[in-house]
Amino acid sequence: MHASPDQLNATFAALADPTRRAILARLAAGEATVKELSEPFAMSGPAVSKHLRVLERAGLITRGRDAQWRPCRLEAAPLKEVAEWAAEYRRFWDASYERLDDYLQHLKEEGHHGHSE
Amino acid sequence: MATASRETTFTTPSDREIVMTHVVDAPRALVFEAHTSPEHVPHWMTGPEGWTMPVCEIDLRPGGEWHFVWRRDDGSEMDMRGRYREVDPPARLVNTESWGADWPETLNTLVLDEEDGRTTITSTILYPSQEARDAALATGMKDGASTSYDRLAEYLAKR
Repeated sequence: MHASPDQLNATFAALADPTRRAILARLAAGEATVKELSEPFAMSGPAVSKHLRVLERAGLITRGRDAQWRPCRLEAAPLKEVAEWAAEYRRFWDASYERLDDYLQHLKEEGHHGHSE
Repeated sequence: MATASRETTFTTPSDREIVMTHVVDAPRALVFEAHTSPEHVPHWMTGPEGWTMPVCEIDLRPGGEWHFVWRRDDGSEMDMRGRYREVDPPARLVNTESWGADWPETLNTLVLDEEDGRTTITSTILYPSQEARDAALATGMKDGASTSYDRLAEYLAKR
């Protein structure tokens, strides 16, 4: 677990909304302006801007300096942290259950049956 | 002798749950004990290579607390604790689980079904909200992945 809980929490909160995830998926294909992002989601510019502010605060996107267009760009680092966390969770249980198989075999060979039945 | 499948499957049967299933080649009384005895848990519930469980405290009764600490070979630690809600050996165990105040507390249900000497382990993790579950799923888990998650995962894979 590399990221701090606070950092992961900010990322999780931003990712919890399906529209924001869709915006990120769109930005994975390349930079886009607020107008370009509004069209596929049938949302107003201000509604999209609100989501973009949440994503920006979470460090998931950055915005260009051009005052008029301010194209949005996906920032991969925090997303990678979350992806790694989820992958690590899976790896943890995959590895643990695999070890459980061997450990149970060992217990059976030692004559354990479990005393709770 | 039948060989247990070593696969662990991850699914999302409802909006707030993640379910893990794994089949082992052992009777469920033994599997229950392996999940609930401090003598056994640190021998297997330690994830990938390089992890150990120096603290494993289990007060196995409804209302009793549990506390696990994992340590990695780089010295970093992970702390997890909760309380048992239902203790029904060898079939069922329900407990809360939390990684600390900043994390959502989950309700975990372990169900053990035995057939022909093999046990199906079904572990259900119930999140307080769909948002918390979806966030935890993020981009990594199969079956729970929506199209946008798939696209993000593809993007991340290229970085």
